[in-house]
Amino acid sequence: MIIMKAFTILHSRFVPLPIENVDTDQIVPARFLKATTRDGFGKHLFCDWRFDAAGNTKQDFVLNNHSYEGQILVAGKNFGCGSSREHAAWALADYGFRAVVSSFFADIFRSNALNNGILPVQVNDEFLDKIFQCSVSSTLTINLEEQSICNNESGEVANFYIDPYKKSCMLNGYDDIDYLLSLREEIAQFEQNAIERRMEEVHN
Amino acid sequence: MPKTLFDKIWEKHVVKEVPDGPSVLYIDKHFIHEVTSPQAFKGIENRGLKVFRPQQVVATADHNVPTIQQHLPIKDELSRKQVQQLVENCRQHNIELYGLGHPFQGIVHVIGPELGITQPGITIVCGDSHTSTHGAFGSIAFGIGTSEVEMVFASQCLLQKKPKQMRITVNGQLNKGVVSKDLILYVIAHISASGATGHFVEYAGNAIQSLSMEARMTICNMSIEMGAKGGMIAPDEITFEYLKGRLFAPANQQWDKKIFQWKKLFTDEDAVFDKELVINASEIEPMITYGTNPGLGITVSSQVPVAESIPDENERRNIVKALEYMGLEQGKQLLGMPVQHIFIGSCTNSRIEDLRMVASVIKGRRKSEHVKVMIVPGSQQVAAQVKAEGLDRIFEEAGFAIRQPGCSACLGMNEDKIPAGEYCISTSNRNFEGRQGPGARTLLASPLTAAASAITGVVTDIRQFLS
Repeated sequence: MIIMKAFTILHSRFVPLPIENVDTDQIVPARFLKATTRDGFGKHLFCDWRFDAAGNTKQDFVLNNHSYEGQILVAGKNFGCGSSREHAAWALADYGFRAVVSSFFADIFRSNALNNGILPVQVNDEFLDKIFQCSVSSTLTINLEEQSICNNESGEVANFYIDPYKKSCMLNGYDDIDYLLSLREEIAQFEQNAIERRMEEVHN
Repeated sequence: MPKTLFDKIWEKHVVKEVPDGPSVLYIDKHFIHEVTSPQAFKGIENRGLKVFRPQQVVATADHNVPTIQQHLPIKDELSRKQVQQLVENCRQHNIELYGLGHPFQGIVHVIGPELGITQPGITIVCGDSHTSTHGAFGSIAFGIGTSEVEMVFASQCLLQKKPKQMRITVNGQLNKGVVSKDLILYVIAHISASGATGHFVEYAGNAIQSLSMEARMTICNMSIEMGAKGGMIAPDEITFEYLKGRLFAPANQQWDKKIFQWKKLFTDEDAVFDKELVINASEIEPMITYGTNPGLGITVSSQVPVAESIPDENERRNIVKALEYMGLEQGKQLLGMPVQHIFIGSCTNSRIEDLRMVASVIKGRRKSEHVKVMIVPGSQQVAAQVKAEGLDRIFEEAGFAIRQPGCSACLGMNEDKIPAGEYCISTSNRNFEGRQGPGARTLLASPLTAAASAITGVVTDIRQFLS
């Protein structure tokens, strides 16, 4: 079953967020986790950075600065740390982001992003800094097949790593569940073998 | 080839390797709660599937539950619906639920161990990053996202790349007034909030071995706060003693067989780790955090850093931003600073030993008039034990509000929140902006430090109380 949009090449402007250790409580505060569906989290994205307590827009936050736009979020290192809430990935996707560029991603966020068709692109600190220095209207091009990202203003290209299995999932829009379901018999056999193995261990 | 504890457990759980890809990892126990499971249930239902191995799933309601008047319907409509949805989903899929009103209800990472479900040598997952807690028993336990919860529902397996491994060895004796919470805050301050990302951590050394199971759980719990995939400690006599006789622990002949297997769970002498960190326990003092990630911690008597003294520009900017949010001055000591709230609870520090520790400090004393103190036992069983030991009277006499089990003010999701701009010394695990409520300012510390500060109303060095 294809459940995600396939990711091939993304050419887009970007939103810079030069803050390190952006945790998932900032991406979506816990008070918005009461929903029982995956939909509509975009409006809560970075809620407490976008709006003050009275609900007024905070003009100095980058998502409220309309000179910036695009499907790529560029953030400081250790993006997505903290809580495992997948709502963070749902919010980014619902808001319209298809890729996040950073010099370091927290493990659970990375998996959650990939499971929702958002590509985490890890570059080195220097490449990241150069992106932050770009002009407002500059663009990035991310090519998943080639595992490359181009800073179109400076012309610099960097390669990024993605697990070959996950790459093929992203290119085709597949998720892991169909594959796991196809293994149900093998898994049942594994369970049976594990029981026998444990018995043997005790008797030997 | 010498193997690590992690290798030994991992290898036994690999169903197969995907060519050029991850391993298919078998999951023995799957804990679920109301917040991160509804979308996963919906996902498998949309595919026309039932949960593959419902007997291996255990559910509780913790994040979204009120901590007063739990016998009444939940006031907040969305919270009520989410908790009801969990009840409905568990019924539909034949999953054991320790929900509101059940004598086993509580924080998922408190009830798993106390019921004896968490055992050495197994794989455990939960849609919650603090699943690392269960590694204290020598299991591979880690937090997952909701899509992964769905995968485990569908197949009892996950696709996982084997993480790198790191060992943190702590030798020597902890000083007076220093407990495992200080130890882990010290480690995180040392290596930063991302210092173990991509790694699975094993804690070793005689300082770790001398800790009780509950103290070990506090350490493993906060592994995620340095980015680790999980944390684990090799099982030993202390582990076996804790497990013996618990409801779901093996009994009789089964027990002997298990002990035989569990005793093989240790890291071989020459096993190699990708990273090693060695710490002398005697260096550690009571810790407190001043910033907005758990890596920004200092000893309780030292000063908040001065930005100018930090060479790295990004780090400097982070600290300035954190101090601005926290309303703290650079170079200032936290000691003696007034706080408005004390929160004792969460999956990090809400077990009976934590509460005994608090009681030992406050017995016969009364809290400062200027602070509100919430004390929230981690489970119904802990709450019952508090009563049985008469700790509730000590808390009441001190003016502490004892509440009912749940995640409470750890995460600003339920009714328990810290108001904007106010300071809270919290025994929980995260001091992120807004974690305890929008604008709340969190100082993470041990139950001892929290208890002493409740009495004085200011940030206090527990060692002054002990001498």
